[in-house]
Amino acid sequence: MTAPTDADVVPVTVNGVEVEANAGELLIDACERNGVYIPRFCHHPRMKPVGMCRMCLVEVDAGRGASLQPSCMLPCTPGMIVDTESDLTKKAQDGVLEFLLINHPLDCPVCDKGGECPLQDQTMAYGPGESRFVEEKRHYEKPIPISDTVYLDRERCILCDRCTRFASEVAGDPLIHFQDRGSQTQVNTFPDEPFASYFSGNTVQICPVGALTAKPYRFKARPWDLEEVDSTFPNPMGDRVNVQSSRDRVLRIQGVDSDATNWGWLTDRDRFSFEALSHDQRLVTPLVRGDSLGNATDDGDELVATSWAVAVERAASAITASLEAGGAESIGVIGGANLTTEAQYVWAKLAKGVIGTDNVDAQLGDGLPAQVVTALPRNTISDAMAPGSAVVLLVDDPKEQFGTLFLRLRHAAVEGDITIVELSPIASGLGSLVTVGAHARPGDVGAVARAIVDGRTDVEVGGVEPAELQAAAAALAARAVTVIVGRPSVAEQAGPIIDAIAAFTELESVSFLPLLRRGNISGALDMGLTPGMLPGRTTLAEGGEWYRAAWGTVPADSGLDTAGMLEAAVDGSLTTLVLLGADPLADFPDADLASRGLAACRTVIAVDIFASSSVANADVVLPAAGFAEGAGTHTNLEGRLSPLMQKVNPPGTARADWLIAAELAWALRADLGIESPESAWAEIERLAPSHAGATVEQVRAAHDGLVIPRPDDAGADRPAMVSFSAPVPTEIVPVDGYALRLVADRRLYDQGTIVQHCASMAHQSDLARISMHPLDAAALGVRDGDLVRVTSARASIELPARPDRCVPRGRAVIPLNRAGADVRALIDLATVVTDVRVATL
Amino acid sequence: MSRLSPENVTIAEEIIARYPRPKSALIPLLHLAQEQDGHVADDAMTHVAELVGVTPAEVLGTCSFYEMFKRHEVGTYVVNVCTNISCQLLGGEELLHHAETVLGVKAGGTTDDGLFTIEDVECIAACTEAPCLQVNYRYRYHVTNDDFDQLVDDLRAGRATDVPEHGVLATVRQRIAGDRLAGVVPPEVATEAPVWLPDPAEERAR
Repeated sequence: MTAPTDADVVPVTVNGVEVEANAGELLIDACERNGVYIPRFCHHPRMKPVGMCRMCLVEVDAGRGASLQPSCMLPCTPGMIVDTESDLTKKAQDGVLEFLLINHPLDCPVCDKGGECPLQDQTMAYGPGESRFVEEKRHYEKPIPISDTVYLDRERCILCDRCTRFASEVAGDPLIHFQDRGSQTQVNTFPDEPFASYFSGNTVQICPVGALTAKPYRFKARPWDLEEVDSTFPNPMGDRVNVQSSRDRVLRIQGVDSDATNWGWLTDRDRFSFEALSHDQRLVTPLVRGDSLGNATDDGDELVATSWAVAVERAASAITASLEAGGAESIGVIGGANLTTEAQYVWAKLAKGVIGTDNVDAQLGDGLPAQVVTALPRNTISDAMAPGSAVVLLVDDPKEQFGTLFLRLRHAAVEGDITIVELSPIASGLGSLVTVGAHARPGDVGAVARAIVDGRTDVEVGGVEPAELQAAAAALAARAVTVIVGRPSVAEQAGPIIDAIAAFTELESVSFLPLLRRGNISGALDMGLTPGMLPGRTTLAEGGEWYRAAWGTVPADSGLDTAGMLEAAVDGSLTTLVLLGADPLADFPDADLASRGLAACRTVIAVDIFASSSVANADVVLPAAGFAEGAGTHTNLEGRLSPLMQKVNPPGTARADWLIAAELAWALRADLGIESPESAWAEIERLAPSHAGATVEQVRAAHDGLVIPRPDDAGADRPAMVSFSAPVPTEIVPVDGYALRLVADRRLYDQGTIVQHCASMAHQSDLARISMHPLDAAALGVRDGDLVRVTSARASIELPARPDRCVPRGRAVIPLNRAGADVRALIDLATVVTDVRVATL
Repeated sequence: MSRLSPENVTIAEEIIARYPRPKSALIPLLHLAQEQDGHVADDAMTHVAELVGVTPAEVLGTCSFYEMFKRHEVGTYVVNVCTNISCQLLGGEELLHHAETVLGVKAGGTTDDGLFTIEDVECIAACTEAPCLQVNYRYRYHVTNDDFDQLVDDLRAGRATDVPEHGVLATVRQRIAGDRLAGVVPPEVATEAPVWLPDPAEERAR
């Protein structure tokens, strides 16, 4: 919010003291900002006022004599005289609470909310000491599940309208609603239609009583036994969270209201992901190959527990052996996008500065080249959604993958004057809130973007009709444009997306928000965990000298990406592979290549928190600390740095990722010179061109984090950062009239490691299905639920079909990483797009 | 237990077209559903939700607010006996008791043959004609026990021709020809003020 100018200031007298309110500000907010707290239940700063609960009644004289008015519904007017402590106000508050408590069961001793309950607290502070109500209270079945994770106790509900407003106003999933009337009014779902919202957990957080409780936290702890720390959730948005633990176990994650990012909201997948942290299948001890008796022999078939000393020594000797036999190029590192930014730097230093290999890639063939991503001028989320701006979406469905960004987009689309142009191949969860749905055919998005930018909108391009092209051009004209760009489908290679980026860079006022998968991917690309790059958004060519001076050595030539490393492993030139929290078998778009590559490696060293399929086949397994088990810094899609705090200890002997790198370096007879995350950060701040001036103290102190690069010229003496140059455009693949073009996207709940290790989420992952337009389905004779055979040039799979009007004609959508058929079998990384033919069985 | 029939979907679409926003047609459509089945079935609510583009929960929220939308099966004839003050003084409670005895069910219940549901109702705004009752919201005034017996006989024999089955609002359906519609548009796209309001431009000029 901008600083108020004189014209915006409204003088208001609160309890005899004149204070300054902003024009249009609600009285309850103005009072709170000036240190006078007015009790409330229904008022929530991120939702519209409703005046449901009447708890905020205060005595107000706005020129016509004093009267009781709800301060959450009352904008400040000049000269208003407010008394929040008068006898009348107190009597009103006392009376309102007595009414609210009439039907409240007062079962605080068995209520999860007891101890942090606004109703309990405010009854103590403002309410009657005793109840005069002797009649029978209303009774309901206690509690009823309204979704897989949320329970509703209607007896405790005070009908404040917070959860129902959240569902309809914020999330856009009005699946809970007030029902019945008068004293029988209740919140409930439609029969057999659960509150299946990706954001349902937020209603539990904002419920001012114990009516809504979340299954993962029910009866796990009392609020006064919880310790808490503000941290950042490691997702690409960098949502601010409050991590709460008891007895060294994370028991709850709550959203923290940060103006810059998540506004206090979280998706259920992130909120309840802490269940995985204390899962009994966590890796707790190093594992190496050994025999069935548990002896760590060199060529055993089993993974056996061992000490850190043995495991690190094994890893180091494998690296040394590869170095001697095939040079640094025979070693590769895949993954690292889920590490803290510090750990990413330390691993980059180990790989590039000690081992000397540039075969490092944090993306598994489903991202964009770091040379493109780090070169783009970035915007902040708040500026991108400022009134009067335009947003281009060329990413995965934000509702499925980037929930809190979806909520920000949704809010901006409903409330603000922004236009949204969707270029992604299929419609997102924003639905009709999108201004123009110009859903480009996979492979053609570069041409579509070019047509929109150049104004050549008179003919159909890439499956987008002239009307949509014109509408898109009009929606972007004379507005500040932010392109939110990622990889909406792994069945479409990065080339066309980069062409679209190149076209958009020619717009007059344009900036970007690169939105790629995996938690700290922005940090990984910034820290050089990618071929050809060095920490601080600089290239090997540009920053080589600078880092050679600091590190001693730097690879001479650009290395291989994940696909290249796996191919090199197959042909025998890459013999040792390090997996940093990566699971290529499940996560790399070419599962067959991943499996052949890993099998061909002489040694696979895996650093992970769970024994995923790739880890289970590794030779050395090093258990790592997970979220809230180590401290560091997170980088979000804006380049915003915010602190990750440690709350609990890692299980067993698991160690922080940066420490594992330091240990490994030591075993390789090298000293990284890093003793703590803070010392790693000091080195980043000292060396990285993009991080000049961002000290650890500044990052920790800023409530909303710190966006890099800093505006000052502290990094002027450092190597130049990479700049964007448009590559040769990717050729457009002609349409095969008999085939459907494949879109392989992702959904919130899948077979991912974290989701599958959370008891309350694992079962929510649906079967893989192929969706297509109903007309395409009808032409093929496919009905809902039919099993079909889907054939690409590479393979064929069988899975059930679903006609879906959201899918444009000529396209077929199969989600990745779902139970049942694996869409990756169809995808050939050597072709720009994948065409499939569908046949009924 | 049923969705709207194809004929009723046609009527529903006609009703929706009368409003600037489809959602505004919610209550008329619930009446239509009640007319079709005698009550508003869950499936009908889901169907109405699809037709007007809201969630079933929102339809239920509106539907459950109004007592005259019955969400469970009721008798063909819903008899509301008033026991509010005027009727009570002139024998309303005795009349209700008589009705319960004659039909063999308590207030709120439905007879086994599915013909009658008796309800105890608050004032139905006919105090000058007390004691009174309604059958499917059609009034009967100054009702004695004998009158009630006669009414039941008439309804059973199909002689009470002014009382349609429960859910039917009117025996003649209102039809508004397309060219007679007001041509309503959503407020956010309206370019001029409604004819009954002064022109905002003229207001400013004044």
